[in-house]
Amino acid sequence: MLALLVAGTVAARAQEGRPKLQLPENADVGGYLARMGFQAAAREVFDFEATPRRGGGGPSDVLLEIMSVAANSDVHEVIDRVQSGAGAILSSKLGYPATAVVQFSVILSEVCQNIIEHAEAPGWVAAQAYNWTKRLGRYVVVISVMDVGRGFRGSLTDEHSARYGDRWADATALEAAFLHGLTRFPDSGRGQGIQQIRRQVRRWDGAITIRSGTARIGQVPEWDDTPPLVDGMSPLPGSQISIILPARLAE
Amino acid sequence: MSERPIDPIAIDIGEVLQKSVTSLYSSLVTRPTGRAVRMAIETQLHGAGTLSLSLIDFSEVVIIDFSCADEVVAKLLQQFLADEARDAFFVFRGVHEPHRDQIEVVLARQGLAAVLETEPDRFELVGVHSGDEGSAWRTLEERGTVEPEEVEGLFTGDQRAALDSLVGRGLAFRSPQSGRIHALSQLVAHLL
Repeated sequence: MLALLVAGTVAARAQEGRPKLQLPENADVGGYLARMGFQAAAREVFDFEATPRRGGGGPSDVLLEIMSVAANSDVHEVIDRVQSGAGAILSSKLGYPATAVVQFSVILSEVCQNIIEHAEAPGWVAAQAYNWTKRLGRYVVVISVMDVGRGFRGSLTDEHSARYGDRWADATALEAAFLHGLTRFPDSGRGQGIQQIRRQVRRWDGAITIRSGTARIGQVPEWDDTPPLVDGMSPLPGSQISIILPARLAE
Repeated sequence: MSERPIDPIAIDIGEVLQKSVTSLYSSLVTRPTGRAVRMAIETQLHGAGTLSLSLIDFSEVVIIDFSCADEVVAKLLQQFLADEARDAFFVFRGVHEPHRDQIEVVLARQGLAAVLETEPDRFELVGVHSGDEGSAWRTLEERGTVEPEEVEGLFTGDQRAALDSLVGRGLAFRSPQSGRIHALSQLVAHLL
């Protein structure tokens, strides 16, 4: 869904006016889109005929409906919203302790700030629990963040490209930020957000990947066979951060 | 032993957050929020003169992220450590488990240490410090105060150097009048 919003934003830049979107008629898909708050977010990007909200009312595995992130006040809103229901889902679906909602909120805050401080363009965030019985044999929570900004390479080029010379590319920019904590800010207090997210995700045996430009980098646990670095992908404007947090295994 | 060589100021971060940023926010997240809170604290401390001790209370803060911890704790300490015209000491209160990691990380990153109240009436020296600084701090913390003439008997040579280092780093207070060394926790005890 976030990728669709990115695609719509990119399409709108290339044409006059908003692109048109035909929402799916399938009731299950429509219900899923409704639960994730897709229509509200899509209204800023697409022209489409809104359909009545379906599938609402019952218990939901949505920790955070799709929210646009463009300013610091949006980050506060994300954190305030997630306080209300996320703790119950993290505890019931993943078996995490009650205090995990704090670390979960910190992760969300840091990834959202990444949009504001580095992308310099709007983005979106969402989080939901999924039953990955077939794939993993347990529940997971997926946090997705996408933006339509200048990407990691664009953010770091002015400060760091010279030292990399000819090797400077999307993949090296991702390595610089993801593995070494480089940032375009000279302040030594900067650049720790992604490092600390990685640390917390590792504690929960989760996976994190960042895709930007033509490359994707990740920290993958044993249960995931995603390669840690992939280059030569189709170009992605901005960046995409995906975090997968699996349910705790019984001791 | 009733000497109180310095009058501590209590600063409630929850209150500062509401007043300096907006009453709509309940969490200490985002760098601009942290910066605004730090500047509000600095404004309060500028009125306190050249010598101050602050009890910075996080008890009402639900969430603090790394960016805010860097601004409100690390940068605050850095700023006052670098200021030769003023001596400012800090104790951070209500740093319970959910906040502790963020604060420890930013202190470590900047090579700093701080005195934290991690549970009611339990203080810890957290961040970057040597083994001798740690043991000297614990001895001082257990005693509350150390008289100048007691120093040689209580501390080894290395620990005495470490005690001086703790004073220099703003992690212990030496009274300019009596030479007595105070644990910071002892100086803020009446505010807890």
